[in-house]
Amino acid sequence: MAQHRLLPRQYLILGLVAVCAPLGDSCLARGMTAMPSISLAHPYALLDTLIAAVFTPWIAAGIALLIGFFASYLTALSWADLTFVLPATAIGNVFVELLSKFWLHETISLERWVGVVLITLGVAFVAQGPALTERPAPAVEKAPLEEPVTIGGQPR
Amino acid sequence: MMLFAVILNGAPNAVTLNAWMAGAMIAAVVLTSATGEVLTASAMKSIGDLDVIRARSGLPGAIRAVVTSPRFFAGVFFLAVAFFALLLALNYLNLSLVAPATASLTLVANTIAGKIFLKENVDRRRWAAAALVCVGVYLLAH
Repeated sequence: MAQHRLLPRQYLILGLVAVCAPLGDSCLARGMTAMPSISLAHPYALLDTLIAAVFTPWIAAGIALLIGFFASYLTALSWADLTFVLPATAIGNVFVELLSKFWLHETISLERWVGVVLITLGVAFVAQGPALTERPAPAVEKAPLEEPVTIGGQPR
Repeated sequence: MMLFAVILNGAPNAVTLNAWMAGAMIAAVVLTSATGEVLTASAMKSIGDLDVIRARSGLPGAIRAVVTSPRFFAGVFFLAVAFFALLLALNYLNLSLVAPATASLTLVANTIAGKIFLKENVDRRRWAAAALVCVGVYLLAH
């Protein structure tokens, strides 16, 4: 059975899924941390603050990245299995760890490094296999009808 | 999203729940999330290759194909329920428990659901990948 292999364009979509989700979450977190603290006790003030938050650069960037994530995720699911897309795009978590280490100079604990290695191994495993479950083409002739279809009283 | 929820809610209520309640809250997040993912994946498979649709009918055609699928909206509904279940869980449980538990268990639940409901070919390679990523995500989120 021929293995379903991806095109470079499809790898690009998977890359977008992997990168946009964690980066979008990080942008939202960074933007919300900079906002004044929000109390649920005052719904109108909460609404005002949330609407204002949408127009701040970090949160706007986070929302744009998450929209990009969802669009590319849906595209990926239209030509690849869910059980392929989910582990394959987990590499995004590794990108974020490496970014926080080398860009933000954060300290990464040994536990997290082990996590990075395990995810990378998992992605390598799944990437070697087919992206889509091969299904036999629907064989119309072979499918027996449960009841004979009649047209004008004559069995078809 | 998780961090956003925590910031929105302030510090989580330090309520000591029994293990069953904590388990039920995490299970609710995992099950609704897996249901949403499976329904969304099933909708996208029934719609067909979006790249092909976009090449044929342009971006509006691709968007129309997605937003006219009831199964897609069912999936989005369950994903929204999962998000609110996560908010609720974060209100009662610590992020250091909820984040790794939901992230890793959702992956396992999706793999099992993908095999059962989507009839995907989950071979040993995919099981191994799911297990490795599951433990890895747990360690990163912890």
